[in-house]
Formats: sequence, structure tokens, C-alpha cells
Amino acid sequence: MKHYDVVVVGAGPAGMACAINATKHGLTVLLVERDDFLGGQLIKQTHMFFGSEKQYAKTRGIDIATILKKELLKQDHVDIMLDTSALAIYDDKVITLLNHHDYIKVKANAIVVATGASEKVLAFPNNDLPGIYGAGAVQTLMNVHGVKPGKSVVMVGAGNIGLIVSYQLLQAGVDVKAVVEASDSIGGYLVHAQKLRRLGVPILTNHSVKEAHGATALEELIIWKLDENFSGIAGTEKRIETDTCCLSVGLKPSSEMLRQAGAEMTYVRSLGGYVPYINQNHETTVNNLFVCGDVSGIEEASSAMVEGFIVGLTLANRFKNVPNFSVLMTDLKTQLKDLRAGETGEHIMKGIKQIMRGDHHA
Amino acid sequence: MRISSHPILKFNRDKELSFIFDGRKLVGYEGETIAAALHANNIKVLGHSSVKHRPRGFYCAIGNCTSCNMIVNDEPNVRTCITLLEDGMVVKTQSNKGELK
Amino acid sequence: MLKKTGYQEKEIVKKEFPPLKHLKKGPKAFIECYQKIPCNPCTTSCPHDAITIKGDIINRPKLDLAKCVGCGICVYNCPGLAIMVVGQADNPDYKTFDIPYEFYPLPNKGDRVLGLNRKGEELGMFTVLRVLNNKRQDKTALVRVKVPNEFLYDFATIKVGEDNE
Repeated sequence: MKHYDVVVVGAGPAGMACAINATKHGLTVLLVERDDFLGGQLIKQTHMFFGSEKQYAKTRGIDIATILKKELLKQDHVDIMLDTSALAIYDDKVITLLNHHDYIKVKANAIVVATGASEKVLAFPNNDLPGIYGAGAVQTLMNVHGVKPGKSVVMVGAGNIGLIVSYQLLQAGVDVKAVVEASDSIGGYLVHAQKLRRLGVPILTNHSVKEAHGATALEELIIWKLDENFSGIAGTEKRIETDTCCLSVGLKPSSEMLRQAGAEMTYVRSLGGYVPYINQNHETTVNNLFVCGDVSGIEEASSAMVEGFIVGLTLANRFKNVPNFSVLMTDLKTQLKDLRAGETGEHIMKGIKQIMRGDHHA
Repeated sequence: MRISSHPILKFNRDKELSFIFDGRKLVGYEGETIAAALHANNIKVLGHSSVKHRPRGFYCAIGNCTSCNMIVNDEPNVRTCITLLEDGMVVKTQSNKGELK
Repeated sequence: MLKKTGYQEKEIVKKEFPPLKHLKKGPKAFIECYQKIPCNPCTTSCPHDAITIKGDIINRPKLDLAKCVGCGICVYNCPGLAIMVVGQADNPDYKTFDIPYEFYPLPNKGDRVLGLNRKGEELGMFTVLRVLNNKRQDKTALVRVKVPNEFLYDFATIKVGEDNE
């Protein structure tokens, strides 16, 4: 059985950043990715990122994936396994993997779970009709494969993903008929909303989908106004002819593997679902089982990446001595604090307080 | 349904692949997934649910939700949203839980 | 209200707009970043130190009109595409707007394109004076449009396509 200092599960921004920092400081790392490419969801982000230069602000997400990939492939002590799903984590830090039809066992001193998140669904009659897709799914279809989802789209949800994907749909030549948002205000960055609005896309707050119709695929969507209790108001229905509807109603951490590994979990709404209790080092209640990125709470790709760097550095310092550890760590923690400033950040910080435990390994 | 010109991206469509979908011969490109190639051919219904036989398309496109399961080269429950298209593939809509032969 | 509708009210645009007396001295940037978000490429990209964010990165950027020369570098470096540059046109009845543009096809110099306001409503057909899209801009083109003075506080972007003359 092969033995590594660290096995990282998931090669998105968090997992890649973690692997880079761990191996850069001398650890042997295995990075496991179920897809056949590195970069996770960065590979479909065609927009420029926010933040500061340290998180590659103003660089497009697709290009950040390339930067991280180059940095990773420069390192000597990292093995990368693509097309490989992690199956289970055992008490003795053995992790089992499936590569095509091969079952592989690997042992590690520490395991980092950076499995990201999956898209939530909204309940309404006929929401299972083909043509009703996750917004991220449509982003993959058009930005990775160059295929349009349909002639026109109604976007449900005015968070950052809903707004950004709507703009990217326009860039792909698809008509965006409306962005429908259940709450009374736009949740995503207003600059994204301004970009859409000036191109004539209406953003309807206090609105949601009542039902969908179509014989074998979506043909029309009925939307309606919501009252302050988020119930639909009869008589306010509007019919929109469309062959595509994107649901952008939030993400949920893909944290199943952590529960299987025995980490104590809790449901935190502002973090998107079930997340593990962690300490300052992003270590779960299981010794040497770490998390970074969306799996421990839904945020932006920039913060996922910084969390990855933090966990990688923490591990390097645990197993080898990193001479300028505190300087490097202070810088990373400051970056994370900056990214979490402002309205959205406050919301996330509240959630993190609920899962942060000072000393569960003391 | 394919994007011909894009302000940010360039799509590599150098190598054409042909495949069979429910008896029809279709064309896709190397590097794209089965579900993407079908969608580009205007095919959204990838299967039917096993109990109520409702039409099914993909939902997540990253291999999480299994809504895109199809029978590929006689193997059922293949997640077509993350499985790359190959020349000569035989792809069929799936309407049950899948049987291994 | 911006947070409900996605567009800024004209009254607020007027208040935030570079004062006309400054425009007489040369083109100036107009930053439409109304929300506190963690982002600073406008400040780091400005070669004239004309844009500053005081204190935390989430604070709104401030433009020093005396330092701004209207070069437009911030326009394509802003991840929110929330900056434009306004300048005097050769004809006193018009202003020039340099806007970020990320659609295909790009307009050409001399084209007449549809002008839109912040709600996406049509303002009329305007002339494109210049299109820049060099490597440094990383696919965010800078399009200069000649806009009548009456739409100074309305003009937001253009649409290129079947509506063009």
C-alpha cells in the first residue's frame, strides 16, 4: 500500500491550493480527482474574479485554474490521480479509491476533504422536466462544451451564480427572459445585476416559479408574486414561454464522506447544509482529517483557494517545520478575513462561528 | 445549439465523432461529454424514470445527481454528463433501474 | 431601488457623475460601484494613483478627479464592469463614453449601434468612434460611443446586432 503524508480529495481551487502548499514545503501528497481534469468548477468561470491581487482578482476563473495547475505540476512530490473517486476513509487513515474499475488502497498521515458542493433544487410541479437545469450545469454545458441549453432561459435566483450565469448566457447568444428572485432584494453583487439590467434583463424580486409545463421537455413556466411569507399570491401568475429554466437556488456542501469518516457534523443554514465542526486549522473532530473549500460551507472560489493554502501550510508545519510559518499564516488569515468582510461575509462568519471549536483536539 | 463564436472562449472542434443514439446516427466532437453531444443535437430527453416513466434530462452536469443515466455500449447507469463521447458509441435511453448482462 | 431592481436611479447617477467642469479639463472615469464588496483591481490597476480604497478592501473606491486622465485602464480591469470613461466630443452637443464590452461580434469604428440606459431601454442609434481590444485587456473590449448630451445621465451600454443600421 502506498503511503503519503497527505491525501487530498478533490482538485478544485481548494484542493489544488492545499496540495500546492503542502508539497511546496516538503510533504508527499496524493491529489485525487474524480473528473479527468484539474480545476474543478473554475474551468467554466469565464468572468473576472473579485478580491485582491493575492487571489488573482481581475483574472478570469478559467485562467486561475491554469495558474494553479502550472504551480502544482512544478512540484516534485505530488502525485495526481484523475478519473478517480474516493470511496471511504478508515480509522487508520487508509483511504480507498476507484480508478475506472480498479480498487486501490492508500495510507496517509492526514486526509484533506475538498469535495466542494452540489446544486440545490427548487420544488414546484413538473420541476423534473428536461430543460430545467442547475445554473452551474448550464454553465458547464455552454462554457466547457460550447453548447447552448436552448433558445431562451428563465433564471431562478439572483445570487452571484444566477446573475453571473445569466450574463454568460447572453454572451453565448441565449435570450434571458427574466431573473426571478424569491426574496425582496438581489442577493448577488449589485455590479453583476447592473450588467444584466442595462442589457434589458428584468430582475423580478418577490417572485418565484409556480409550475412548469411541457409534453416531454419544458415549454412554459408560470411565475407568480410572493407575499412576505414566501407564499404565492393567486391572480399574479405570469406565463413565460421558454425552453430552458435554470435553478440557482443555492449550493449544498458535498460532505457525505466526512460523516462516513466519523466527523461530528451539524446543519448550518448559512453555510448551505451539513458541515463538520472544525477548529482554527480547519481540522474536523477526527484527528488529522481536514476540510477546505465549499465542503465546509458555501463561499466564493477565492476563499476556497485561500482555505486550501491555509490547510496545506498547517499540514506542512505539523509534519515538517516551516521556518516562516507564522508570517505566511498571518498573511493567509488576513486574506480570508478581507474576503469575508461586508454583508455576505457577515452572514458566512455567523455560520462559521457555529461550527468553530477552539480546541477539540486539546 | 452549438455556440459558433464567443467573446471569451474558443471551442476545439477538430475531431468529429459519430455515434448511435436509439438507432439514429449522430455526430459529436472529441472532448465533449455524451450528454453535451446529445444536447447539441437537440436531444434533451435522456431517459425515463423507472416508476412513473417521466422524461429525464440531465440536471447537475458534474456527475452528482444521476439524472442523466443512460445505457452506453450495453452498460446501464452511465452518467452521460461526465462520460466523454467516443467514436462508434451506442447510446440508448434508459427507462428502468438497469440490468447487468 | 438598486438592490431590488438592479439599476441605479437617475438622481443618484447625477450626483455621482463626474462634474461637468472637470470633464472640460479632460476625460474622467465614472465608477458605478455602489456596494461594499471585497474587490480592489481598480485601485491596483490605475497608473496615476487616481483611485483609492481607504481602510478595508470592502470600502467603496474613491476617484481623485484631478489625477484621473481618463485612460480607461480601470474600465477593463474592473471585474464588475462598473466603470466607464466620459469625455468631451468634438461636437459640443455630444459626449464620448468609453464602455467595457464583452460580446460577439464587436462593433466597428463608424458603426451605428443601439444605445441603452441603465434599465436596458432603447435611447437611439449612436456612432462608434473607436474599438480597442488588445491583449492586455484580456477580452474586455473598450468601445467609444458618441452620445448626445441629453442622455448624459442615461447612457449605460450598447447593443450590437440586428437592430443596427
